[in-house]
Amino acid sequence: MTGSLAIVGYGLSAIGPGIGVGLIFAAYLNGVARQPEARGMLQPIAFLGFALTEALAIFGIALAFVFSG
Amino acid sequence: MSMAIAAEGEGFRPPGLADFWQPYVGDGAFAITRPMTLMVFSTVLIVVGMLVVTKKLSVVPGKTQMATEGVYDVVRNSIARDLIGSRDFLRFVPLLFAMFMLILVNNLFGVIPFIQYPTMSRIGFPLAITLVVYVVYLFIGMRRKGVWGYIKGLIPPGLPSWIIPLFFFLEILTFFFTRPVTLALRLFGNMFAGHLLLLLMTLGGEYMLLHGGPVLKVMSIGPFAMNFVLTIFELLVEFLQAYIFTLLAALYIAGSLADDH
Repeated sequence: MTGSLAIVGYGLSAIGPGIGVGLIFAAYLNGVARQPEARGMLQPIAFLGFALTEALAIFGIALAFVFSG
Repeated sequence: MSMAIAAEGEGFRPPGLADFWQPYVGDGAFAITRPMTLMVFSTVLIVVGMLVVTKKLSVVPGKTQMATEGVYDVVRNSIARDLIGSRDFLRFVPLLFAMFMLILVNNLFGVIPFIQYPTMSRIGFPLAITLVVYVVYLFIGMRRKGVWGYIKGLIPPGLPSWIIPLFFFLEILTFFFTRPVTLALRLFGNMFAGHLLLLLMTLGGEYMLLHGGPVLKVMSIGPFAMNFVLTIFELLVEFLQAYIFTLLAALYIAGSLADDH
């Protein structure tokens, strides 16, 4: 078997943002379930947090390609 | 599993980056490639489709008008109006709707039979769309508050003075680097990885069915079934990515228009 260890590293590093995104949407669902009229206010905050958290995973895949060569 | 496959015959070649490079005319930087053709095709498709649908509008909408209005309603009301605010969201609806339609149609090319190539899996296309968003949100922010006012506005008021340099550095990094880079790479990464997965399942299933032994032939049901499931999943991801891209673009524009941080 041949391949790049960088991709394995990326898989490991994606665990963190995965948990983070899960936590954000869990909190968002909780908030909307408790107070459905707050949906409009919570949505941009949830997606901004999601974008910031996912940024880490996206940097990871860029670096995995950089260091795989 | 891969060892067993490799032991038989010529070996399995996994799909990779090279499978996405499909030039029609020429080679190198100036080649006319398959995604380029698809981009032109999608633009023509959207323009013609929209013109035909909106040609004769009726008060009681038919099915096509209903569907088009549904998509427009999502972008206009639940993205633009809710995020930018009812005061000046109308200016940005054309940009957001055009972006949404372009990304959606190009993403859907990934699962439409005989086309089956998501244009956004080449980094150049998401980069170009992101550049439009980047210029727009920086420009309207700087026109509203002035260049210096915009940069000063990145720091929320009421911070202790010793933390301001650190915060300023982080905010500059977020606004000028993280936002555009992640916007482009998110779309690219999702389309590229999803299509690569479909390709892997198809090629792997084909290899197991045609080149494998009797056991592998039976087990090739697995990849083909996964292929079916993943295609449905891809359909979901394609809608979701078009939505998220438009949503984040609206969010960044809204951030530039807001008075405080």
